[in-house]
Amino acid sequence: MEYGFTIATYVVAAVLFILSLGGLSGQESAKRAVWYGIAGMAIAIIGTLIGPGQGLWMASLVLIALGAAVGYQLATKVQMTQMPELVAIMHSLVGLAAVIVGFNADIMINAISAIYSANELIFGAVGADGYTAIGLPKEINDGLSSFGQLIAKKSSVEITILRVELVLGIWIGAVTFTGSVIAYGKLAGKVDTGAKQLPGGHLLNAAAAAGSLLLMFAYLGGMGSWTLVLLTLLALFIGYHLIMGIGGADMPVVVSMLNSYSGWAAAAIGFSLGNDLLIVVGALVGSSGAILSYIMCKAMNRSFVSVILGGFGGAAKGDQMAVEGEQVAIDAGGVASALNEADSIVIVPGYGMAVAQAQQTVAELTRKLRAQGKEVRFAIHPVAGRLPGHMNVLLAEAKVPYDIVLEMDEINDDLSSTDVVIVIGSNDIVNPAAQDDPNSPIAGMPVLEVWKAKQVFVSKRGQGTGYSGIENPLFYKDNTRMFYGDAKASFDSLLPMID
Amino acid sequence: MKVGALKEIKSGEARVSLTPDSAAQLQKLGHECFVQSGAGVAAGFNDATYEGAGVTVVADAQALVDAVDIVIKVREPEEAEVTRLRAGQTLISFFWPAQNEAMLEAAKDTGATVIAMDMVPRISRAQKMDALSSMANIAGYRAVIEAGNNFGRFFTGQVTAAGKIPPARVLIVGAGVAGLAAIGTSTSLGAITMAFDVRPEVSEQIESMGAEFVFLEFDEPAQDGAATGGYAAPSSPEFREKQLAKFRELAPTTDIVITTALIPGRPAPKLWTEDMVKMMKPGSVIIDLAAEKGGNCDLTVMDERVVTENGVIIVGYTDFPSRMATQSSTLYATNIRHMLTDLTPEKDGVVNHNMEDDVIRGATVTHAGEITFPPPPPKVAAIAAKPKEKVKELTPEEKRANEVAAFKAQTKQQVTLIAVAAVLLLAVGLVAPASFMQHFIVFVLSVFIGFQVIWNVAHSLHTPLMAVTNAISSIVILGALIQIGSSSLLITVLAAAGIFMASINIFGGFLVTRRMLAMFQKS
Repeated sequence: MEYGFTIATYVVAAVLFILSLGGLSGQESAKRAVWYGIAGMAIAIIGTLIGPGQGLWMASLVLIALGAAVGYQLATKVQMTQMPELVAIMHSLVGLAAVIVGFNADIMINAISAIYSANELIFGAVGADGYTAIGLPKEINDGLSSFGQLIAKKSSVEITILRVELVLGIWIGAVTFTGSVIAYGKLAGKVDTGAKQLPGGHLLNAAAAAGSLLLMFAYLGGMGSWTLVLLTLLALFIGYHLIMGIGGADMPVVVSMLNSYSGWAAAAIGFSLGNDLLIVVGALVGSSGAILSYIMCKAMNRSFVSVILGGFGGAAKGDQMAVEGEQVAIDAGGVASALNEADSIVIVPGYGMAVAQAQQTVAELTRKLRAQGKEVRFAIHPVAGRLPGHMNVLLAEAKVPYDIVLEMDEINDDLSSTDVVIVIGSNDIVNPAAQDDPNSPIAGMPVLEVWKAKQVFVSKRGQGTGYSGIENPLFYKDNTRMFYGDAKASFDSLLPMID
Repeated sequence: MKVGALKEIKSGEARVSLTPDSAAQLQKLGHECFVQSGAGVAAGFNDATYEGAGVTVVADAQALVDAVDIVIKVREPEEAEVTRLRAGQTLISFFWPAQNEAMLEAAKDTGATVIAMDMVPRISRAQKMDALSSMANIAGYRAVIEAGNNFGRFFTGQVTAAGKIPPARVLIVGAGVAGLAAIGTSTSLGAITMAFDVRPEVSEQIESMGAEFVFLEFDEPAQDGAATGGYAAPSSPEFREKQLAKFRELAPTTDIVITTALIPGRPAPKLWTEDMVKMMKPGSVIIDLAAEKGGNCDLTVMDERVVTENGVIIVGYTDFPSRMATQSSTLYATNIRHMLTDLTPEKDGVVNHNMEDDVIRGATVTHAGEITFPPPPPKVAAIAAKPKEKVKELTPEEKRANEVAAFKAQTKQQVTLIAVAAVLLLAVGLVAPASFMQHFIVFVLSVFIGFQVIWNVAHSLHTPLMAVTNAISSIVILGALIQIGSSSLLITVLAAAGIFMASINIFGGFLVTRRMLAMFQKS
């Protein structure tokens, strides 16, 4: 190993990355953990720059600095409500980078192969032990870049494996790229959020996947790089079409799934480059995203496959229960007097709060109520918002202390002894049909049991059924009052009435 | 439209169906209000007050009925009142159509529309016009006050310099609206209050009002209040025996008994028998709110206060709401006003008698020369009370067995998983060269570490987690860094692009994570 020092830095970096993810178990340790991650990344890059990446290192530094400037702009300008978009678009960059690195590897293989044939040697031939590659004569080998040398000393089996790996890296990277771009578009409202598919639906995806597989074999059989290009195009199409077919309400799963893919792409690239750090990090990120997807699916009581293969609004299993009663509206004065009388209050925020940018007003309301000695808590459903943990970040931005922000399991039992529950811009996560109506599309999904509270106020723009189009019997219950209007405007008018 | 309130002709009836306040509200709906002279005097509203509220005072009943389109009153109309009605006119009052068939016929013959306030369906939307409930509420309150009036001691217990006073013990039978109101009044006066009802689902309501629910051990399918519109249904003889035995047990220690048990369309059930009265201490009081239907107590005499030989006072008044005429008139007038609000949806003073509407249809007993009683069942069910299913308590052995079974299943699942993974791994190892397997080990171990570490991440930090993983997955920059020094220009250019993009991600990801984490603050 020519670069013993580089490997050492990779070990340090890998440990730091693991600590960095592990540190996210608590709010306080997380602040330290980010620094571990940053240090790990710095060490890894420096180690690479003085090791195998020393060619054109000046140019590399300049490019990193440029990237840093752009990244800094992005990170400081972004609104917390736009976090899902930012995360999605960043995934696309990782995907694209993986595709590029993969293609470079292919180009390099071709170049080395050309060098071998120019010297009338056989690329990948093995020596007397039947195992180690013979490699190039020393004088030619020394003339190659470090990456070239890495490939040049591979045996034919190793080269085949290398090709499999880079195909995987490119394929996953390309799916991640277009998938993330579409996810970004949907989250930013630039692409229609409904579940849209081209005629043919999932058959089209399956056909594209089968085509990719064929092309991979063609590529491995030495048909040339055009197969790789075609395969990439198919992967790009799959990424596009897959995410187009998923509705807005399933975005938390999609984003965490793409997060997972970007990790697997990095791992595949790591294999093809023989770089253990890439493999470690890719595996960490990949499993992290997979777990997040799993948690999100569990929170919606749906299997991963059903989320990927079709959005909400599909055929229900039978007649849904008819909702009886009427929605009773209330004005700000009524809500204010109920709040002034209540001792315990639980606020259930949803995507509607993020859309209306109402988190500051809600936080101000919380401060006022808490100043009067009332118990105010927030109940967060795992799939509230468009990103895992979305609501927590918004509330934190508005300076709501995190120890009053509770998870569904922590607060569900307390809801029956709560005086007032305020639901802001959420719908399915408080839908009693999930428990009462076996024919509901969301039957069995764990929900916040807000209807058990003495009084429920629902802040909502209008009488519509919301994203998923499922009727919500909560709105018709006797102890529910509808507080119609834009969430921010409603709470702004409510604020002065709290004394 | 012109709305006019009649003076009640039944003697002792002090209530009135229109108050100056409700008149003001009706005028906002576009109606013109009339009142018969002297109608509100007994309830504390004289003619001058009405005139001050813009109400026209009419001298006698005939003139009033002739002048208005809608006649409102409290009690069910008598013969003389019904015959005054003309076709197209509307009468809103209590009517009791089931018990009052002759009057129903008479009303039909006049061609007038009659809306019976006692027929308003018991659904949530109609609560605001449910006059039975608002009157029952007053009766419940008044029953406790009446009991206090006749009871020679304090309700609340006190320890004074002059000696210790035990608190009064109050038993309330039947926890409908009146019963619950009585519970509330009694507990707030400081008495020890117990309450009984045949519908077990009301035990929560009883306890929420501060009384103790008298629990009856009995294995019978619980009554479903929803099936009977929220009222109790007759119970089986066995249940009744059990119930009476419980009351006999309570009778000697109870100071005040308030009975409110009624079954729709039947005489009141006898729940407080003569022998129970004999067991009670002298000076104890029984208030029988069911006196009008024969009384829950054997010894009740309707509309009278009787004292038994052993000094127990039994009050059988039937006019509790009328005894609080100001309060009950205010509430009743509000119920009437809500009914008129529903009848005037456009608020333009034009009545739209919509027979498609559940509430209006239910309350209308004659319309357009036809009897429309009894109404079809409302489309909306009254109360969606489900009998609570008891979760069976597991014995320690069963729990233990369950745990063992769960553990076994888990072990089995894990072993299978490990075995499958091991076989796959070995299969890969058979074909792949050692250099690949070395990396593969690193990969598998990393996935393993990843799973262990990520499960511990707090839910609230999922967004920062995504941003961090995003930043570190840009580790692909290393690949680009290694490639940029290549001799091929194409590779160099592509690698440069890769470095640029990945570094955006690194910096953007970490910075935004830091920004987010800095926001998380403890209170």
